[in-house]
Amino acid sequence: MGRIFSTRLVSGLALAVALGTAIVTTPASAATLRMAWSQDATGLDPHKQTAFSSIRLLELIYEPLVRFDKDLQLVPAVAASWQFSADGKELTFKLDPNAKFQDGKPVAPADVKASFERVLDEKTAAAARANFRSIASIETPDDKTVVFKLSQPDVPLLTAMASINAAIVPAAEIAAGSIGTKALGSGPFKLEKWDPNSKEVLTANEDWAGGKVAVDGIDINVLPDETAILASLRTKQIDFALLNDPLVATLVPKEANLTLNRTPVLAYHVLQLNPSRKPMNELAVRQAISCAIDRQDVLDTASVGEGKVTGPLTMPGYTTDASQLFCYKRDVEKAKKLMADAGFAEGFSATVIAANGEPATAAAEAQVIQSQLAEIGVKLDIKMMELNVYVDAWLKGDFDMAVALNGGRADPYSMYNRYWTKVGNLQKVANYIDDTLDSLMQKGREETDPAKRKAIFAEFEKHLVEVSPWVWLYTSYSYTAQQKNVQGFVPTPEGSLFGLSKVSIQP
Amino acid sequence: MSYLTRRLLTFPLVMLGVSILVFVAIRLVPGDAITAMLGTEAGLLTPAQRDALASYFGIDQPILAQYWHWLLGVFQGDLGISVTYGKPVLGVILERFPLTLQLALMSMCVALAVGLPAGVFAATRNEKLSDLGVRIFAMIGQSTPNFVVGLLIIYALSAGFGILPTMGEFTPFFTNPLRNLGQMILPAVTLGFAFAASVTRISRSAMLDVLSDDYVRTARSKGVPKRSVIWRHALPNALIPVVTLSGVEFGYLLGGAVLVEQIYALPGLGRLVLDAILQRDYALVQGCVLFIAFNFMVINLLVDLLYATLDPRIRLGEGG
Repeated sequence: MGRIFSTRLVSGLALAVALGTAIVTTPASAATLRMAWSQDATGLDPHKQTAFSSIRLLELIYEPLVRFDKDLQLVPAVAASWQFSADGKELTFKLDPNAKFQDGKPVAPADVKASFERVLDEKTAAAARANFRSIASIETPDDKTVVFKLSQPDVPLLTAMASINAAIVPAAEIAAGSIGTKALGSGPFKLEKWDPNSKEVLTANEDWAGGKVAVDGIDINVLPDETAILASLRTKQIDFALLNDPLVATLVPKEANLTLNRTPVLAYHVLQLNPSRKPMNELAVRQAISCAIDRQDVLDTASVGEGKVTGPLTMPGYTTDASQLFCYKRDVEKAKKLMADAGFAEGFSATVIAANGEPATAAAEAQVIQSQLAEIGVKLDIKMMELNVYVDAWLKGDFDMAVALNGGRADPYSMYNRYWTKVGNLQKVANYIDDTLDSLMQKGREETDPAKRKAIFAEFEKHLVEVSPWVWLYTSYSYTAQQKNVQGFVPTPEGSLFGLSKVSIQP
Repeated sequence: MSYLTRRLLTFPLVMLGVSILVFVAIRLVPGDAITAMLGTEAGLLTPAQRDALASYFGIDQPILAQYWHWLLGVFQGDLGISVTYGKPVLGVILERFPLTLQLALMSMCVALAVGLPAGVFAATRNEKLSDLGVRIFAMIGQSTPNFVVGLLIIYALSAGFGILPTMGEFTPFFTNPLRNLGQMILPAVTLGFAFAASVTRISRSAMLDVLSDDYVRTARSKGVPKRSVIWRHALPNALIPVVTLSGVEFGYLLGGAVLVEQIYALPGLGRLVLDAILQRDYALVQGCVLFIAFNFMVINLLVDLLYATLDPRIRLGEGG
């Protein structure tokens, strides 16, 4: 028995070795873009999905009324034009007469009305509903016009409508209850197949009102490990990839056949203090922490310098010179004095929470902050958590400090009203009520003049950094990598992949 | 009652225990399906919106009621519906299982094909330089984490030779055997590497024990060729610890090899469980864990039956 056993094993091994050498790369099919990302979409309902990974997929399939271009200016999508009334309480859209759903039916005002009513219906459980509460009613006077009547002037409403969470879906599909199981939009690509956490197959929508799509389709593979994505790019098995980890992204330019697209994004890395807990309830203590942190050092050490130190306002058009903000130049002496003034000359102990791998730099950020704060006597205990556990603690405001990567918006009001207004949905997370912040937010919401809005939010930012409920650190980049023969991709500050609709593959 | 019947009767009891454990454990972890889906945006939900989602995910009932409802389903062969996949749990698991089974079998082949001969070889050259070489190699194999091995292989192939198996789109064996094996051989080698090291060590020490036994000395003094003594007389008796090790290891591998599946982007059971836990897909986590526990019990039973075949002196179920 022993002899036979071992002979079989040896021949089995020989076969295995022979097959190992038979590994070959598959040839490219010229017109289908082969793409990879490490995190897959988690669902198909455009109104309900909030994860970046889902939105990246859904914005190829569905369209909102308007969308942002690369400079965050609003451009037409399903709507061809739009207009606020003089009192700011009425918003009128004219729909693009060529806009069609992927089943060939035109996008009608009734679809727009039904879509927004679905988002506003609490039974739908769309988190984005919070942005649309000022909509009092929706009217459809003719077959190309939709009028939103608002309960109060709401300038940021228009930018909120540029989100895929406000996508226009067919009224018939809403009635049939098939949103989320069947993807039927008006966007540049049709979803042919979705195998969760494994693969998506998209084909170009030839009837797309936005113009001709240059590729036949996109095959998306989910490769959970980003070094494997880089290896696949290197061996030309994929044409285009989305990367999250700055350490992997910085390796891309070293490859001769690859191009890296690096775009500053709106999301911000921040150290959230909890002003409802002692001693962070003391203004001087919060300011001391802000002064003791070297933001550039956090960026350099945790994220190999891939990013930019930022204040609260990260959107182009509103950003100010960060170096002019309170204590953006590290001042340990001032920090120590502030601590002594507050009666904490000896320092104190606190716990900081951070999520494993979300962002990839979270643990490193916490460690740098820990060592910087040690210099003013603050002993930080770092508690790493699985993302979901972290989110649970974060939503309950159950932390002394938290290292976070929070999403940004194109409009300062939409971005921060949730935290810094008295009725903000996440007021319990921020745990800080300030009359000045609240009134500046309300002013900014109603002001229609862009220059005046900018001044209002600049004041808001300056005050917010001074009272230091949080310590804003830096914004990072979103990365895509592509073969040199892939052309025409335009990234946006939202990290959107919508630019794939204009991509072509050169032979 | 025969040994087999008694063992089989304990199956449902163990499964029931496992099911309670996993049902409670996954719900004790902070965060639920709602925060898993929405992240921090879950804080924007109104109470009515939250209730609507809780009812959609089936987590609005008290935990006992949820368990009872789920258990009734299990007895009817229904493990529930996965909210991520929108399909019955059992179907999703059975789609993933062939890959995991194939990977486990292949890495076991790699491990035994390398480990057994190496172990036997080292034992026959006890304390010589070549024995030391094998032992050092085995030590390295056992102490290198498999994700390091995997990443090194991928890097060396892609950067050094410009080749790599197709990743992401998995080809089942019966669709295209060559392409399938091309995709599976590297993960199997990666997993088999550490496994081979343990097999080497175990078979070496077992072989050393057996080689000093009287019957081996008798065989040798009777003039039986050395080759035959080793492979025919000694090895079968040295196999028992190897079988034990392989059985346990194989059981683990059937639960999926999370890291290796992540690195090589293989849609196996390990990634399925990981994603299910991260997305709080309760029905899927429960179904997977039950399935894995069941496999483990079957393997253990098979290993016990195999002992009796290898060594007829072992009588299962009698006395100790």
